[in-house]
Amino acid sequence: MKKNKRFNRRDFIQSSLRASLVVSVGGVGGLALKNSTGKDWVWQIDPFECNQCGRCATECVRNPSAVKCVHAYDLCGYCDLCGGYLIPGAVKLDTGAENQLCPTAALLRKFIEEPYFEYEIDEDLCIGCAKCVKGCTSFGNGSLHLQIRHDLCRNCNECSIARVCPSKAIKRVPSDTPYMIKGSFTQTTDS
Amino acid sequence: MSKRIKILLFGILLVMGQLAAGQQRFPKPEFETGYVQPSPTTPEPRGLAMEYMDVLVLLAVLSLSTWFALRSRSRRGILWLSVFTLIYFGFYRKGCICSIGAIQNVALSLSDAAYTISLTALAFFLLPLLYTLFFGRTFCAGACPLGAIQDLLIIHPISLPPWLRKAAGIIPVVYLGLAILFATTGTEFIICRYDPFVGIFRLDAPYHMVVLGVAFLLLGMFVARPYCRFFCPYGVLLNWMSRFSKWHLSITPSDCIKCKLCTSSCPFDAIDHPTEEDSPTPDRTYYRRFIIYSLLIPVWILAGGFIASKSYTYLSRAHQDVYLSELLIHHPELVNDPDNLDIQAFLSAEKTLDTLVEDARLVQQKFRTGGWFMGGFIGLVIGITLMNQVVFRKRKDYQPNRGDCFSCGRCMDYCPVKN
Repeated sequence: MKKNKRFNRRDFIQSSLRASLVVSVGGVGGLALKNSTGKDWVWQIDPFECNQCGRCATECVRNPSAVKCVHAYDLCGYCDLCGGYLIPGAVKLDTGAENQLCPTAALLRKFIEEPYFEYEIDEDLCIGCAKCVKGCTSFGNGSLHLQIRHDLCRNCNECSIARVCPSKAIKRVPSDTPYMIKGSFTQTTDS
Repeated sequence: MSKRIKILLFGILLVMGQLAAGQQRFPKPEFETGYVQPSPTTPEPRGLAMEYMDVLVLLAVLSLSTWFALRSRSRRGILWLSVFTLIYFGFYRKGCICSIGAIQNVALSLSDAAYTISLTALAFFLLPLLYTLFFGRTFCAGACPLGAIQDLLIIHPISLPPWLRKAAGIIPVVYLGLAILFATTGTEFIICRYDPFVGIFRLDAPYHMVVLGVAFLLLGMFVARPYCRFFCPYGVLLNWMSRFSKWHLSITPSDCIKCKLCTSSCPFDAIDHPTEEDSPTPDRTYYRRFIIYSLLIPVWILAGGFIASKSYTYLSRAHQDVYLSELLIHHPELVNDPDNLDIQAFLSAEKTLDTLVEDARLVQQKFRTGGWFMGGFIGLVIGITLMNQVVFRKRKDYQPNRGDCFSCGRCMDYCPVKN
């Protein structure tokens, strides 16, 4: 290291510009930190805002989509004539493929006791198209709804589905409460 | 007495009304056979500790890259480090979150009080900038997965003429301006949407992204690091930081012998040539040109700001609310179209057209004011770039261009001077 290194005008301008850049970078960082909570964020569908448009199945960057139907059993009526399982005007109330709304037969119907049936979703088959959700919400209790599954979701910086959601139902939620499942999640008055 | 009954009836109706709001058209059954109701599964997202580990890995890679470039002067070290970056930040983390996209997160957190940035995103934005401010663009060399994938595919680099390089150098500035404008207005994250390599990292992309990604990689075999040099918006910021960096990769450890091995080895035309011994000294024409170009800078700023602000009608249409309100105003017959999901969703929600139009108008206001800043910024950079062309700087040796050099280390590898 040279002891008597000449510190000329160019070096001075360089140093002061560097110092001002440090200050501005630090300032930007500080401003951004102001309302930071230290939490990480994930994407989730608000089931009360969702209008079952079907874009969740097609717009996700993953194939098949990271969105799957979830069943809030607490709210289910266990009906024989299930609005989410059967097509409107079904010929017979059974598990025939011609009677099912689900295009991939991911919704499984199981007899429990007279006259109640349990409806379970096979997540490997579900594509997140929301046909069953639409049926359940319009003629049913609305216990079937779509949720982003976080073992599949890539947690993109901007969710491709959120960008085109017509009802802006996909929101950022803290990663410690990553799901908005009906029953455990109640609609707040200001949402 | 009758008043009390009225209150009681009102109370009963109120409670019944609440129950009705619970959407239980079909009440939950009471099972007689011992049926156990399952509960929905809730698989957890990636842990917060893992996100912080990514930041630590970034720190480690940045430090290693700096050490290889500046201290141990090892091209091989940088090469293998970039392979690690490609595998970790590229294929394992699937290229998200990256420092380039983090610009948008920071911009949005500054403009929208309701948006809180995650500490990981902020760290990814700040750390490379700070390292570059002191050590040069070592981030580009070893820590950026997009840079790594392009760098590793350089086969036969072509040298581009300076006018083309300078002209194409405006594209990243425009990209940066647009990205910040779109992020602060809450429109979308265009850097993420048009990232050509994220589809390759995910090994899964829609058709047009595959085409874009493959096109960039094929181009990158001949025009070295095309995204880094001509598109990367973060590169604009790193360019400025690197120009004033305290230390920087030097080609020779001592004196340059002007063998020109470094310039022919640099695939990015990032090495500046020494000026001629008997080059003309600055004279009146030179000073006059300097003054004219300096005076033109405010003209560029105002022109840029004016043009960008006036384009607010076109730019704002990228925003969902503006697009929808314009669609409904200009094509009111579309309310009868059952296939238009956006209009059907809007009609079934409780929002009125007046509220939507007002929201759209507010967004367009933001584009109008933001346009002045964006256009002014682009104009300023154009003006300064032009002025740099006429400013004369004496150079004795072959030196890496402080702004453009990625600190990849090829030149120092080829330099025959070893001590």
